[in-house]
Amino acid sequence: MKRARAEILSTRRVGAYRSITLVAPEIAERSRPGQFLAIAMPEGRAFILRRHFSIHQASRHGGWAGTLEFVVDPSVGAGTGWLAGAGAHEFLDVIGPLGKAFSYPKRLTNCLLLAEGRGAASLFFLAQELVARHKRVDMILGGRTLESVFKPVDAKRLSQTVVVMTADGSLGERGGILDALPDAVARADAEVVYAVAPAPTLRSIAAFCREHRLPAQVAIEERMGCGFGLCNTCVVPVATKDRSAYENLRACVDGPVFDPSRILWDRWLGELPIVPPTAEPVPAIPHGGGEP
Amino acid sequence: MTAARSLAVDLGGIVLPTPVMIAAGCGGTGRELVGLVDLRRVGAIVSRTITVTERVGADMPRIAESPAGIVWETGLQNPGLDPFVSGELLRLARGGARIVVSIGGGSLEEYVHMTSVLQGRPEVAAIEIHLSGRDDELDRDVLGAHPDRLNEIVGAVARMSLVPVFAKLPGGCDDVVGLARTAVRAGATGVTLLASPPALGLDATRERLRIGTVSGWLSGPALKPITLRAVFDVAQALPDVPVIASGGVRTGEDAVECLLAGAWAVQVGTATLTDPAAAVTVAQGIVRRLNAAGLTSPAGLRGRLRPPEPAGAESHPVSTP
Repeated sequence: MKRARAEILSTRRVGAYRSITLVAPEIAERSRPGQFLAIAMPEGRAFILRRHFSIHQASRHGGWAGTLEFVVDPSVGAGTGWLAGAGAHEFLDVIGPLGKAFSYPKRLTNCLLLAEGRGAASLFFLAQELVARHKRVDMILGGRTLESVFKPVDAKRLSQTVVVMTADGSLGERGGILDALPDAVARADAEVVYAVAPAPTLRSIAAFCREHRLPAQVAIEERMGCGFGLCNTCVVPVATKDRSAYENLRACVDGPVFDPSRILWDRWLGELPIVPPTAEPVPAIPHGGGEP
Repeated sequence: MTAARSLAVDLGGIVLPTPVMIAAGCGGTGRELVGLVDLRRVGAIVSRTITVTERVGADMPRIAESPAGIVWETGLQNPGLDPFVSGELLRLARGGARIVVSIGGGSLEEYVHMTSVLQGRPEVAAIEIHLSGRDDELDRDVLGAHPDRLNEIVGAVARMSLVPVFAKLPGGCDDVVGLARTAVRAGATGVTLLASPPALGLDATRERLRIGTVSGWLSGPALKPITLRAVFDVAQALPDVPVIASGGVRTGEDAVECLLAGAWAVQVGTATLTDPAAAVTVAQGIVRRLNAAGLTSPAGLRGRLRPPEPAGAESHPVSTP
């Protein structure tokens, strides 16, 4: 992990998003898919916390060596709005790469990658690395409208098949990425699932993978305080190895990539009205004594 | 001949290399700040607040931004005293900074037990008593807001401890000077002013609370004027008592303001979350001010605050509307 004063090389519009490329060789050469950056906000504003973005590209070789790319959704709030307006040759205070990366399957080959909106940014980086390891990659990309589906055309270069889902049906099929999951798993003969999406969607993906005994990794998009483990606010309840208890792990240093079968979704997001069926009995996990 | 310039401060028995500490809960567990700040140049690190038994912490979400601040609640997530002493404490100390351990609890027995375990540890330079938690024994919301209880807890810890003891007074209380006086009479070496005041985060669009436990605490630059007032009042009333300012200190200038108001040292908390090297840059800001003022020690800033100019004095360039 390094802290750098990084120059913005270029920015460009990608659908509803803004993609920002930085010159940060020390961070780029260490970056792996699933990891993220913490970008400081300018002095003298009402908002003070760093903003956190998964790494979309980290170039270690060739003409773009030493550059890093991340993707901003300007509609999120004041901080990201400011960042989306930043221009080339401005400098950003960047800490990275942060967090645990996705791991690659050793034996299994067919990987299904699915993401909603901007979450897809880190999956492109992952897809590249998987393809370089001779894995088969298939993708499901979703969004509210066609503008918010991230790089659907580029996805075709990396994956065998791409399914696009939009809530309004303006691109691809109408619906969410979950609707496309069962068919895509069958068609691609998927053996491993990677997903980046809002927590409620990830919970449903986790239930599906558990039911079909598919190993999966999810990158969660919790709001973080610092991003490097100090503040203990971006926690996710994760079962201990023997599943006899749980601990609140920090998404920034112990994640953001987690095994979804170990996340206590009910504890995290509240109980679902209808609990999805599970292939194996859910282990009884005692509720620890929280702060009174 | 001029005396050597030094940032060192003596807080009633604990000498810190600089008067800038990292506040409780913002200094990590000995791993996070490696490579981001040279901890030997930090005055001290206050550990996250430790309780006798493990706490898994508060429900999510735990943090929300507010203008110039954050609303947060971690529920004192910590591994419990024994795992802390055998792991985190040693790692923190290895970084090279002095370690102040923050202890919290809901009963007198818990505070006494923690003090008995910690006071013999060579890594522990001082103890800070977290007093903003719930009082389980007396069934009260804020343990340290009641002088009787404050006296009891601080007294027990101070009598037993071999290292200096600082009482971190709860934020949002009425009589800070009275509570500070109580803590010092009970045996505290000094006071930390103040713990984060209680706060609420709301999302009007979604009509929801932003913090999973409903209420949280406010931290960040928004607190500075409140900190200054508390420090000023206590320092006026108890000029010989080491006062540590905590809340809203982000820059060297903020720290200088606290020292002028009467603080002996400052803590940076939220600032460390955005700038992991904040404790060092704040200290550098103090050095610049000392140099400019021709002072040799941060203690020289204490008491330099001049009373308000009398009305009609010529030094008011700004006309009132």
